[in-house]
Amino acid sequence: MRYIDEYRDPKIAQALVDQIHARVTKPWVLMEICGGQTHTLMRYGIDELIPSQVELVHGPGCPVCVTPIEVVDKAVEIASRPDVIFVSYGDMLRVPGTKSDLFRVKANGGDVRIAYSPMEAVKIAQKNPARQVVFFGIGFETTAPANAMAVYKARSLGLTNFSELVSHVLVPPAIRLLLNSPENRVQGFIAPGHVCTVMGFWEYKALVDEFHVPIVVGGFEPVDLLEAILMLVAQLEEGRAEVENQYARSVSYQGNEPAQRVVEQVFEVADRKWRGIGTIPMSGLRLRPEFAAYDAEKIFGVGEMEAAEPPECISAQVLQGLKKPVDCPAFATRCTPENPLGAPMVSAEGACAAYYQYRRHATSLVCIA
Amino acid sequence: MSTLTLSCPTPAIARDHVSLGHGSGGKLSAELMRDLFLPVFRNPTLERMDDQAVLQFGKSRVAFTTDSFVVKPLFFPGGDIGSLAVHGTVNDLAMGGAKPLFLSVAFIIEEGFPMYALQRIVDSLGRAAAACGVQIVTGDTKVVDKGSGDGVFINTTGLGVVAEGVSLSASGARPGDAVILSGCIGDHGIAILAEREGLEFESPVESDSAPLHGLVADMLAATRAIRCMRDPTRGGVSSSLNEIAAQSGVGILIEEQALPIRDEVRGACEMLGLDPLYVANEGKLLAIVDPAVADRLVEAMRKNPLGREARRIGTVTESDAGWVRMRTPLGTTRIVDMLAGDQLPRIC
Repeated sequence: MRYIDEYRDPKIAQALVDQIHARVTKPWVLMEICGGQTHTLMRYGIDELIPSQVELVHGPGCPVCVTPIEVVDKAVEIASRPDVIFVSYGDMLRVPGTKSDLFRVKANGGDVRIAYSPMEAVKIAQKNPARQVVFFGIGFETTAPANAMAVYKARSLGLTNFSELVSHVLVPPAIRLLLNSPENRVQGFIAPGHVCTVMGFWEYKALVDEFHVPIVVGGFEPVDLLEAILMLVAQLEEGRAEVENQYARSVSYQGNEPAQRVVEQVFEVADRKWRGIGTIPMSGLRLRPEFAAYDAEKIFGVGEMEAAEPPECISAQVLQGLKKPVDCPAFATRCTPENPLGAPMVSAEGACAAYYQYRRHATSLVCIA
Repeated sequence: MSTLTLSCPTPAIARDHVSLGHGSGGKLSAELMRDLFLPVFRNPTLERMDDQAVLQFGKSRVAFTTDSFVVKPLFFPGGDIGSLAVHGTVNDLAMGGAKPLFLSVAFIIEEGFPMYALQRIVDSLGRAAAACGVQIVTGDTKVVDKGSGDGVFINTTGLGVVAEGVSLSASGARPGDAVILSGCIGDHGIAILAEREGLEFESPVESDSAPLHGLVADMLAATRAIRCMRDPTRGGVSSSLNEIAAQSGVGILIEEQALPIRDEVRGACEMLGLDPLYVANEGKLLAIVDPAVADRLVEAMRKNPLGREARRIGTVTESDAGWVRMRTPLGTTRIVDMLAGDQLPRIC
């Protein structure tokens, strides 16, 4: 398959592994931002192929994982109402809120539907004029254009029964938070290729200059990630700190400008709480006041709900790259995909789920020995 | 099941409601079987946990199985609920090495269901049964209130006879055995998903729904050194291999590069964030066989149209008992876990 097979080619991958080994002279700590990248690293065992001096820590870029628990509670509250059709991306359904999750709401008779695109929710609203259709508008910059477009479309269609429960987050403020943390160990970042497909990589220049940290925009296949690691190692070994683009087949400097414009029209930048991390200033998107009629929080009066995380979950440290999932005493015992304590164990992009799915074997054998 | 202590220190959790995951063929289904059904129904035949029960009547051995079909949409590229209801049960019999002979068919129909659609399903079911050489000898019809069903549900129960000297069971795998797969994986699941979600591909994916008893007969004619067979339906290849690994107390190592997957199916899985190892098949089988006969068996399978793409995909190991692992194209290995419930399409 074109654009896939060549990026999984064992010979190309091995050549990159050899080059990384040849370049590394001292220990480096790198972070991949996106959960999709974490998933590839674990699935292909890339961390086992590269030199042990290069440590990979996993970043906060799993949209499901960083959606705050009270937002899940709000979703549960809204979806439980008999007049509502609640539409969501699939992997939000199993994320635990304080007392319930959307799957349980569905099992109890709630009309919860999985969609691949928010435009499907707009169509559902058109077909069901007597019901309120709410789309769970979460994610990073990647999903923001489609979620914005759905609101825009609903307004142009004159729909009065469509709204979004919005909890959008942005990557650059999260990187800034990590770099400002006194505990930070990360020396180079692999920036998320999908986010940058939308946003370009002009935003990262300021971070590179301010913190003198190399950032390489990376793709999601094994060869992409090995190449991004090589580019970061080369910069670090040479003492450079620049923004470089490994994922040029998809990402341009400016990004997708029409997509950025529709996001700008519908959403505005605001403070946003991240699950496990807390509020990060100006790190998210919310609907602009002129789109308040499409804001599910306002329509259903759930704006003020608050909630606390399960105390045992260490997802805050995992999402900031301070701990690995296997460092958690609940990992694979009290916290499993069937019975998750925190969101990183739920989403296919969550670091805990990636370790559970691909690495539990190794960790459990170690435990037994 | 001593291997389970390796992986599953979590105690069974009381769940207050049945969820869709309990019917997914993954861990939740296994939990329902282990914690609810087996303790109540326990007997040596059921405890074998095979796709069919093999019962001794005098000198004959009879294979007996049942399956319910709730597929949505009812009609899909490559088949419909009628043909699927025959193939599914015939295949469960065939996986025990049985020659399928008789089926029962029970319909649960929702009030208001169009008669022409029912006729179409019944015709398809009749044609599929005739093509398999099985007779439908008994049945039942129930109609439920509008809104209490989803069009039509079908249950079929099958009877077949097992030839002398044939003994297949998921507990029969031994270290060193070869793992053989009869063809491309994921076709049925992706065909259904594409139809249900209105996804369009350059070349449409058809369900692989097909009866496998002919292929099994060819295999048994080529060798009797087959330890066990499974048709990897819901839960996919991963669930079937995990069941075999657990029930036989062995490890299984498969080679990612050996897995046959159509480009369209791979593309759809890439796009939707699904792993083809967990996607359903309805016309494929996995066989665990003595390594000495593996090549000969693959050759025999390839002469049958349903086994044309048969190949060896892995090996049974003594180490890592209870685990299925996969060697990636990069030479690393990872585990292939059984999913908790259904695969969820990812957000981006």
